[in-house]
Amino acid sequence: MKTLITSTGGSIDASFDKRYGRAAWFCLLDEESGKTEFFENENVNATGGAGTKAAEKTVELGARKVISGDFGPKAKDLLDKFNVQMVIIEEDDLTIGDIVKRIKG
Amino acid sequence: MSYKIAIASGKGGTGKTTVSVNLQKAIASELTSGVLLADCDVEEPNDRIFFSDATIISEEEVHQMVPEIDTDKCTFCRKCVEYCEFNAIVVLPPAGFAEVNTSLCHSCGACSVACQDGAINEKPVPVGEITRMDTGIGAGLTEGNLKVGSAMQTLMIKELKKSITEDYDVVLYDAPPGTSCPVVETVADVDYVVLVTEPTPFGLNDLMLMVELLVNLDKPFGVVINKAGLGNRDVYEFLNEQNIDILAEIPFNKAYAGKYASGDLLTDIDQETTESYKKIVKSIEERYLQYEGSNYFKW
Repeated sequence: MKTLITSTGGSIDASFDKRYGRAAWFCLLDEESGKTEFFENENVNATGGAGTKAAEKTVELGARKVISGDFGPKAKDLLDKFNVQMVIIEEDDLTIGDIVKRIKG
Repeated sequence: MSYKIAIASGKGGTGKTTVSVNLQKAIASELTSGVLLADCDVEEPNDRIFFSDATIISEEEVHQMVPEIDTDKCTFCRKCVEYCEFNAIVVLPPAGFAEVNTSLCHSCGACSVACQDGAINEKPVPVGEITRMDTGIGAGLTEGNLKVGSAMQTLMIKELKKSITEDYDVVLYDAPPGTSCPVVETVADVDYVVLVTEPTPFGLNDLMLMVELLVNLDKPFGVVINKAGLGNRDVYEFLNEQNIDILAEIPFNKAYAGKYASGDLLTDIDQETTESYKKIVKSIEERYLQYEGSNYFKW
């Protein structure tokens, strides 16, 4: 299963970004193989609709689960529609690597 | 053609509404009864609060055209997504999903141009209403009231202005706060702007933004200093330096603020404040004559 994690940078030691639509990068984790891929968020500075576009990207990348700090109402509606599980992490100072480790258990 | 005046401020809470309703009353008693007040602060119109015995003459719904995507005709080419400046369209080809988010859509029509497959049909969606009221003062009040959450402020203001088809002597636009699109839309077609400020650092900062905007738009304007006596002299220094007309000063008065809070703005106004409004009316009258290039008053 693929999981999308919001990230501030394009590598595994980048900090976790608690914003969803306004995250700088998206990390796509393949939970079976443990492989990560990074995608830059084209809509990070959009005047509006960043959450909607992030949800579109999430579905497009085939993620079934998404990890971020919070989800706005428009993003939430869309993710719900496509049965994407939303996971909220409220802790600060986490890296993408920390979260990946947790998932792998 | 009606002589159109906007009452604007930059900063919120300086007294746009207070000046608007009082100015209408002053114009009605000093100059002409053909004066209409139009509340252009469509996100939170509150002029009507001050006319407790207003009666509604007409109500009219305002719509925006929002595209709908017919997924039977859609080829999921995503061209409309590329055209949409507002990120309002989501198209996911593998899922056969194509939808427009109404609250993000600005009704620009670009997606209809983009679509080569005839999959986009525009449907009217209500965004608010325009209410015309008889208030017993001048030609009454008209108000635009936008639905909560809608981003179509400028559309609403445009429609409100369009709905004023009668030829009045004067139309007063009570502008929204700020200096962004809804304010630009409000002042776009006016002949004169009354800027209301307060002699505080916040008042001055936002007044400067507003002055910059009006200079850019090439609009004549004058300033009313409300709550005079509060704060400091920086606003006066700025206006002096820039050679900007001070139309009047309205003294800060705690009792008057109390009356505002209880919705009573138009009765038992003290002599000093009444004189201030007479002064504003006089300046406007002069401005109007200058503008018309005539030396007599038509009303």
